[in-house]
Amino acid sequence: MTKTEKRSSSKVSFLILSVLAAIWLFPTVGLFVTSLREKTEAQRTGWWDVIFRPFSQDWDISAYSAVLSENNLGASFISSMAVTVPATILPLLFAAYAAYGFTFLKFKGREFYFSIIIGLLVVPIQGALVPVLKMFISFTEKTGIQISGQYAAAWFVHSAFAMPLAIYILRNYMMTIPNTLIEAARVDGASNFTIFWRLVLPISVPALASFAIFQFLWVWNDYLIAFVFVGNERPVLTYTLLAMLGPYGEGWQSVAAGSFISMSIPLLIFFSLQRYFVRGLTAGAVK
Amino acid sequence: MKDLLTALQAVTAGIAVTVLIYWLLNLGVQKLPEKAKRRIEPYVFIGPVLLLIGLFVVWPTLQSIRLSFMEEAIDGSTTWVGFQNFKDLFAEDYFASMVINNLMWIAIVPILTVSLGLAIAQFANNVGSRQEKIFKSIFFMPMTISFVSAAVIWRYIYAYAPEGQNQVGILNTIWLKFGGSPQVWFQIEAFKLNNILLMVILIWLSAGYSMVLLSAAIKSVPEDTLEAGRVDGASTGQIFFKIVLPQIWPTALAVFITTLIGAMKVFDIVLAMTGGNYNTTVLAQTFYLEYFIYGNTGKAMATVVILILAIIPVMVYQVRHYRKFEAVR
Repeated sequence: MTKTEKRSSSKVSFLILSVLAAIWLFPTVGLFVTSLREKTEAQRTGWWDVIFRPFSQDWDISAYSAVLSENNLGASFISSMAVTVPATILPLLFAAYAAYGFTFLKFKGREFYFSIIIGLLVVPIQGALVPVLKMFISFTEKTGIQISGQYAAAWFVHSAFAMPLAIYILRNYMMTIPNTLIEAARVDGASNFTIFWRLVLPISVPALASFAIFQFLWVWNDYLIAFVFVGNERPVLTYTLLAMLGPYGEGWQSVAAGSFISMSIPLLIFFSLQRYFVRGLTAGAVK
Repeated sequence: MKDLLTALQAVTAGIAVTVLIYWLLNLGVQKLPEKAKRRIEPYVFIGPVLLLIGLFVVWPTLQSIRLSFMEEAIDGSTTWVGFQNFKDLFAEDYFASMVINNLMWIAIVPILTVSLGLAIAQFANNVGSRQEKIFKSIFFMPMTISFVSAAVIWRYIYAYAPEGQNQVGILNTIWLKFGGSPQVWFQIEAFKLNNILLMVILIWLSAGYSMVLLSAAIKSVPEDTLEAGRVDGASTGQIFFKIVLPQIWPTALAVFITTLIGAMKVFDIVLAMTGGNYNTTVLAQTFYLEYFIYGNTGKAMATVVILILAIIPVMVYQVRHYRKFEAVR
């Protein structure tokens, strides 16, 4: 390709992307503008009218201040954090261990166990929900230890269902680590435990970070598991927002304000870990 | 403040206990004689995971299948009823439309999500790196939005006001410009239009996921294969379809399967947008209603079993594909 051809193809790409990006942004921008408008005006005219005449409009941030002053949103924010942080770190730890075992250790049934994990990649959470709930309840009846309604209940379930994909991604990544490196460490007398913590885990940071982003987003925005296992005692953000919405959607303006507050954390995670994406996700996938 | 402290305590304790378990397991295994150690050590690494998956995925799923043949009384006791729950489910007047809806979700959403993600990833690869970053962030942004927020966003797009009043929904505004009369979009069942409008939301939400993975794949295509194509005089289109696409196929397939599963078990979008009314109900939403709202365990489990059955072919394919892939490795 000549230089001019390259430049024109880049221009076409830019044009197409701009149109698509405008479409993609449109819904969110619309809600954002609307969340800043006075309520009756928001119901009188479309938001695109005000964009071009911003001074003809009474701007109103009361939706945000109202949502923030209602203390249950603050508490929900903490709950969401308390569910999401361990539900991201724990499966990573478990899966990294297992991926190490599947990549660098030889044992009987290795292929068999790994095939099971591959098969479980697609099992829907709904299939396990009710029996797990019953299991927690009967555990509480027998031991008196409350699990359901605690953060830990959500950690277990999120971790278990994240496991297959996490192991798959991490193993693909670990297979690109030269075996000679591991052998050299073994010759030096390092145990597998040491090799894992000192060598393999630091090398695997891109894959760990990539998976962490997705897992964080999924758990943060999950409703089903939080609803079933944590419930209304420690409502997470999605739970509170849905309750705020009301049966006829009448609370949409508070939800809009709450949504933008809720989005801030996942966006922060995305921008801070983004640079690992390319290396972390495709190791071993492209042949 | 008290909430924050309890949360912090729980988080720290949870992570500390997990690390401690692995540490103790390792300590125990190091004390063993060399031969036993070699045999047992792998299970220190994969054992906890197998336990976790067995306890929270495999066993409960089998239990669900068992419960689908049971009738549960209020006191929790169960009696065997054979296929009665399935018969009840099949007899519901929404059953046919529910199955058709689910089939439409899996036929439409994954293919569009993958194609869109692929197109965006490929175009983004052509523009400068600064622009690429900005564009990618824009397409990724919906992934940070929960379904409740997405529902509010899209309700506003599909909003309806009676004729003569100002429309605040963009779809009706455009529709009016073309000479139509205002529509209650969610009630239009012709050609399953209301279902398709719901699917648009999932595509909007998940195109970013598809784009990120496919873009990573496109970037790891070796430059020399592209150069070889250029030297042979291949056009941009030929290079993409004949050189890039075959190399990123495994990733495209992986994205396709994950979005397929996502579409198959879609539930929260439907719940928040239409509540399953106007013939928009799907399997996972029926499960939710039957179990958590109506308390009908047997029927809820029958719904789950249909979902599992639908997923088995994908599962078999997945394992086979892996085996084949592993064989050439």
